[in-house]
Amino acid sequence: MNFQLSEERQMMQDSLRRFLADRYSAAQRDESVSNAIGFAPQIWAQLADLGILGALLPEDVGGYGGKGFDLSTVFEELGRAGVVEPVLDTAVLCGTLLASDPQGKGAALIEGLIAGNVQLAFAHGEVNSRYERLWVETRASAYGDDIVLIGRKSVIVNAAGADHLIVSARESGDTDDREGLSLFLVDTKAEGLQMRSSALMAGGCAAEIDFDNLRIPSSARIGPAGGASEMIEAALAAAEVALAAETLGAMETATQLTMDYLGTRQQFGRPIGSFQALQHRVADMLIELEQARSAVINAAGHLEEQPAVRDRHIAAARNLIARAGRKIAEEAIQLHGGIAMTAEYELAHFAKRIILAEHRFGDADTQLERFIDLSAA
Amino acid sequence: MDLNYSAEELAFRDEVREFLREELPTDLSDAVREGRSIGKEGHERWHSILNARGWLAPNWPRAYGGCAWNAVQRHIFEEECCRAHAPRIVPFGLTMLGPVLQKFGSDAQRDYFLPRILSGEHWWCQGYSEPGAGSDLASLRTRAVRDGDHYVVNGQKTWTTLGQYANWIFCLVRTDPDAKQQEGISFLLIDMDTPGIEVRPIILLDGTHEVNEVWFTDVRVPVENLVGEENQGWTYAKYLLTHERTNIAGVGFSQAGLDAVKRLARQQMHRGRPLAESPHFAARLAQVEIDLMAMATTNLRIISAAAAGQAPGVESSMLKVKGTEIRQEINDLARRAAGAYALPFASEALEGDNSNLAQPEGTSAVSAQYFNNRKLSIFGGSNEIQKNIIAKVKLGGRT
Ligand SMILES: Cc1cc2nc3c(=O)[nH]c(=O)nc-3n(C[C@H](O)[C@H](O)[C@H](O)COP(=O)(O)OP(=O)(O)OC[C@H]3O[C@@H](n4cnc5c(N)ncnc54)[C@H](O)[C@@H]3O)c2cc1C
Repeated sequence: MNFQLSEERQMMQDSLRRFLADRYSAAQRDESVSNAIGFAPQIWAQLADLGILGALLPEDVGGYGGKGFDLSTVFEELGRAGVVEPVLDTAVLCGTLLASDPQGKGAALIEGLIAGNVQLAFAHGEVNSRYERLWVETRASAYGDDIVLIGRKSVIVNAAGADHLIVSARESGDTDDREGLSLFLVDTKAEGLQMRSSALMAGGCAAEIDFDNLRIPSSARIGPAGGASEMIEAALAAAEVALAAETLGAMETATQLTMDYLGTRQQFGRPIGSFQALQHRVADMLIELEQARSAVINAAGHLEEQPAVRDRHIAAARNLIARAGRKIAEEAIQLHGGIAMTAEYELAHFAKRIILAEHRFGDADTQLERFIDLSAA
Repeated sequence: MDLNYSAEELAFRDEVREFLREELPTDLSDAVREGRSIGKEGHERWHSILNARGWLAPNWPRAYGGCAWNAVQRHIFEEECCRAHAPRIVPFGLTMLGPVLQKFGSDAQRDYFLPRILSGEHWWCQGYSEPGAGSDLASLRTRAVRDGDHYVVNGQKTWTTLGQYANWIFCLVRTDPDAKQQEGISFLLIDMDTPGIEVRPIILLDGTHEVNEVWFTDVRVPVENLVGEENQGWTYAKYLLTHERTNIAGVGFSQAGLDAVKRLARQQMHRGRPLAESPHFAARLAQVEIDLMAMATTNLRIISAAAAGQAPGVESSMLKVKGTEIRQEINDLARRAAGAYALPFASEALEGDNSNLAQPEGTSAVSAQYFNNRKLSIFGGSNEIQKNIIAKVKLGGRT
């Protein structure tokens, strides 16, 4: 048993934490958020230079990590600093999908990704999919050597800033069948693609994308025809480990800000942290935080296991983090009082981040259902 | 025991319903239902419709142009307004200042200010809180120094709700810095057009501009704008707070919110079925509805005691805590129901536009409302302060 980070990961954590403490101020975050694409290109380039993007991908595609604990180490820091740059979408979700293509078609893109020159988005969710992982109505039909895509994707994070989309579409089968799903690489400037982008409440952007008879060569397919379900599930698993760790980092910051504030804010002639009613609430936040930390370790430590074991641990972690996160975000606001309601005070960003993380890949109830299903299996 | 309204009360309810059916503009009720802001104009329009009917001031005596309704009638009116998605009555002039002037104001103040509250000529805001004086309101530091027939005011108020629309502000100011905290405070009425006043916006975490900072630099306020006696302001402030706390339970808001969540849950799909059929979601919904049913009856118990002349005590604190917890839980359910559609920043939606995404009906404001309504447990006496009151009153003497 050993709960220490390896030496390499420790170094990565230290250098990332130092970089973000130096460079990622609240003002920088505001600048990133207010950009039309939802992030700051110069920060992205610096993250690439630090080797952060490569650390999220395995060696056989040119990275130097890509394991559960690499993801959790990096994302805890990104969450702690409130980084809004789309590392999760480009590097984890899309990077993992590309890296898992048995034919290695994504090699050139991954190289560009690790160097910081490529932005990607996974166009998977749809209007009725909610959090189902294989619910795809978008159709892909073959016409000679071409494929024609028809359908609508919704709330696709980082689409506005992406050079390419990885689009899930159905070549056969019913809406929620395991079989029949394929992935296609599509240039965001392709004809037949319409995108409307909106800023997100907790930073970043997401778009709704219509594919209106979009024509691509069949060579744009990544992975097996009609057999992409496992690739999709593996990429979502990695993304959920990353998101769980990111949320943990944000919860740490929210808790820290709260403790600092309770020590300085004076009411009734003394620091409000001297009221026992509030002390117990902070104690509860700290207890939840340790639960969350262990949940992330459980999830990260099982990312390389076989899918049923992997997904059961991930569902457990995300359910716990959803509950603990809500508690910490709400208590952090409440214990601060009015100041926490302002956009200007940093806690606002972290609270929104924590709460809205629950709205990606599955909320507490969905994770609970997954956990129950996987436990029965 | 009889849980039903009397025949007269039912007749009154029908009258209110009919009025709302005929007079409430649909653009306003649509905006309220969708969680969009109606702006200054919207509030003013609704106030003037109510005023034309004589229903703008449910809690004022008839002599001042009020309805003189009892607590049960007021409750019915509020409940029906919420159900019809009517805009809320902006409380600062009508529910807060009005009763203070009626009880403690001079004849001249009553004659001048009360009709202008009703007509909408004066839009009031509440200048109580300061950066250093939140829960500990009595520690406020904004100074007013007598200079001939004026007070000269210096200092800063904050969290001033809708101060950007207001042309008058009622303020608690310190007139005797040497007295004990509560005994050196006065209650001043200040025209916001007076030189030396600056209003600065505070943007809330959901992107809305609903509160402000108000800065005072050598602001000259005529002494006739002092309410009651100098250094007695704390008494008036406390009297005002008891009025601020009417409809504290927000039962009508919760009922309307719960209906909205149910609509959303029938429409949003989960695993190919309406979300409303998911046992986990259904359980959450049922839980909060059960709480609301009981709280609504607690509220009615207190209201009917009040109608019979009994002043509520710690019960208002209990209703504040439970009522806000339930409203916040309902906001939480709404954001859950929206799934990924809770992610977009639809603050534009609050101002009348929509997000660029084709948001399913009823989803565009859910997360903004969830975050915005975290305020419910902070303002109006935070829930912690309410619990302190309950414990002090009920445990008092034992510890
Ligand atoms: C959206 C919004 C609108 C508002 N509108 C107005 C307005 O129009 N006019 C106006 O005058 N004010 C307004 N307020 C101010 C509001 O009344 C204050 O926010 C409230 O009194 C709490 O004060 P505070 O924010 O300074 O928090 P603090 O008093 O600093 O409290 C911080 C935390 O400490 C807790 N705490 C404080 N004292 C104790 C204690 N003794 N025991 C246990 N816990 C304690 C609080 O409950 C809270 O959790 C508004 C506030 C908000 C957020």
